[in-house]
Amino acid sequence: MAQVAKEKNSNFSAYKILAGMREGMDPAWLAALRAKAGARFEEIDFPTTRNEEWKYTNVAPILKVPYREIFDLDADGLTVERIAPFTFVESRHSQMVFINGIYSKELSDLSGLPESAVVTSLAGMTEEQALVASRHLAAYAKYQDDAFTALNTAHIGDGALVYIPGGKIVETPVHVIFISTSEEASATHPRVLIIAGKGAMATIIESYVSTEDNVYLTNAVTEVFAAEESAITHYRLQEESEKAFHVATTQVHQERESNYVSYAFSLGAEIARHTLNVVLTDEHTDTTIDGLYVVTGKQHVDNHTTMDHSKPNCTSHQLYKGILDGKSRAVLKGKVLVREGALLTEAHQLNKNLLLSKDSSVDTKPQLEIFADDVKCSHGATVGQLEDDELFYLASRGIAPEQARALLTFGFAEDVISKIKLKSVRKQLDKTVLDKLHQSLDLE
Amino acid sequence: MLEIRNLRAKIGDKEILKGLNLTVRAGEIHAIMGPNGSGKSTLAKVLAGHPSYEVTGGEVIYQGKNLLEIDPDERAREGVFLAFQYPIEIPGVSNANFLRMAYNEKAKHDGRDELDPLEFDDLLQERMKIVEMDSVFINRSVNEGFSGGEKKRNEILQMAVLEPKLAILDETDSGLDIDSLRIVANGVNKLANKDNAIILVTHYQRLLNYIEPNFVHVLYKGQIVKSGGKELALALEEKGYDWIKPAGATA
Repeated sequence: MAQVAKEKNSNFSAYKILAGMREGMDPAWLAALRAKAGARFEEIDFPTTRNEEWKYTNVAPILKVPYREIFDLDADGLTVERIAPFTFVESRHSQMVFINGIYSKELSDLSGLPESAVVTSLAGMTEEQALVASRHLAAYAKYQDDAFTALNTAHIGDGALVYIPGGKIVETPVHVIFISTSEEASATHPRVLIIAGKGAMATIIESYVSTEDNVYLTNAVTEVFAAEESAITHYRLQEESEKAFHVATTQVHQERESNYVSYAFSLGAEIARHTLNVVLTDEHTDTTIDGLYVVTGKQHVDNHTTMDHSKPNCTSHQLYKGILDGKSRAVLKGKVLVREGALLTEAHQLNKNLLLSKDSSVDTKPQLEIFADDVKCSHGATVGQLEDDELFYLASRGIAPEQARALLTFGFAEDVISKIKLKSVRKQLDKTVLDKLHQSLDLE
Repeated sequence: MLEIRNLRAKIGDKEILKGLNLTVRAGEIHAIMGPNGSGKSTLAKVLAGHPSYEVTGGEVIYQGKNLLEIDPDERAREGVFLAFQYPIEIPGVSNANFLRMAYNEKAKHDGRDELDPLEFDDLLQERMKIVEMDSVFINRSVNEGFSGGEKKRNEILQMAVLEPKLAILDETDSGLDIDSLRIVANGVNKLANKDNAIILVTHYQRLLNYIEPNFVHVLYKGQIVKSGGKELALALEEKGYDWIKPAGATA
């Protein structure tokens, strides 16, 4: 323990510098929040594999690296043209760009958004915006018991606020891009706060990419507040360098009759962990959390999800699919909690894995905890390979074995990807997945 | 076109085909009938090259080549087509993409031009009329959520797109309602011509009310024990299979 504590202090103390740098620039409540989270971070330890929630993911390799903290914007020669591959045509004029965690006004373009949409860096909020943010920031993602979240919270400086006031419908998707360019190992702590007011509707894309194939750490926290009758579609694209570490929590708070859809793609990073918790606080909410992870080589991906049903008449659907090759490993722990009184809950959960190699492995643990009557719940998990009968069917149509494998693998992924409504996001994911598996298909 | 001589095949330790002989010429339609477990489906799968079946004896000459030495995908490109009894579902891959890929593999093999999505769509729309298929099926995943009849029609659509020289239809009539049966049979009739050959593997005579075979063969315990014209199918319908069994055989 002493060892861990020492590493923690020497490696992750930049928030103290940050606090000094931002003195007098932020509202008092934000400075106080950072200070409290920093103090809490000092008191608690990073998780080990003895912790049930981290049983299959050892964070020791992540903590060993001597990270460099970045406080200033260095666009590193990045231009709008150079970042184009990371952007989407649908959100080219509604994108916020962060370089190594620092907001770049030059590369961001918010000209395509209606005035009603508040999309700003947390470091650049007006008083009025800050007042809204103060009611939600750190209200859902608790830092008290989680060292990574505490560390992130202690680092809140730049970050993204996407606030759609009540009754507003923003058709243009908002894209928040975190680009890592660092050649030295850097640690960044991206923070995103999404707030949808009563009846508001929005689509948010959150993506994590890199220009260099380097070791670095992304420690991200996203909070989503969906007020009653609001609808949020949330894409999360984790395409970090395959040498990087990515630890993230997405905490979602849904109120009455709200609708939340999450598509989470985990393709990059050497070790990736995403914790997605959705708390349904009132009746008649609807939630979909779908995901796809594709890992190769020595990649390790860990998804922990919780659907917390506490009130009657809510529905949730979850489909997470995984493709594993090489010596990769995947973990999925999906908990569906139906609390006492959450009558007429409908909750379905499915995890399907396709192993393309002998040396890849999956630990999957769908978990249903039901304390209410009259509910309709299902869960399941499968781990399989490409079937001989499937390959033979394609062969009997003249498709060579290599192509047949590519087609079946692609189809497996497409089950999730095809649900994406934004065409350029879908196309980019198709290509990324095929490239990653060293496959190509001539498809429409 | 196809010459099967003394073919023997097994799955696991179980020998199923026990010296089967059959000759099929271009322009002919052959019906292979027989009771359950006689080896009908095994014959279909062996001809298409299913990896679970091991050929232990005999030979199959297809257009002058030893068919058994050719990989399954190459057989398909050479014009052998198997309509599956239980077509496989391929989630996430649209029927259009799948069919175009199969078509282009064959086109490449034949030295014809490959078709881009637009060109292929024209061809597909035309072929879909053969099986009276609705356009909605084209953008849906291959066979996923299709009814039994729709799956079988989709098999015949694939046949229409790929234009095989030798088509083997494995129990294509099983599980069909009367409308689907008529549509599937009409499709096959439209596709039959003097240059191709069709082998219908079936348990029932009913398909033969719609597709008139030149030859009917009875398969029993891994061998063809009787061959004749379409009147043989009618006799089977009437009397069952018992009268066919060779002397000394027990069911």
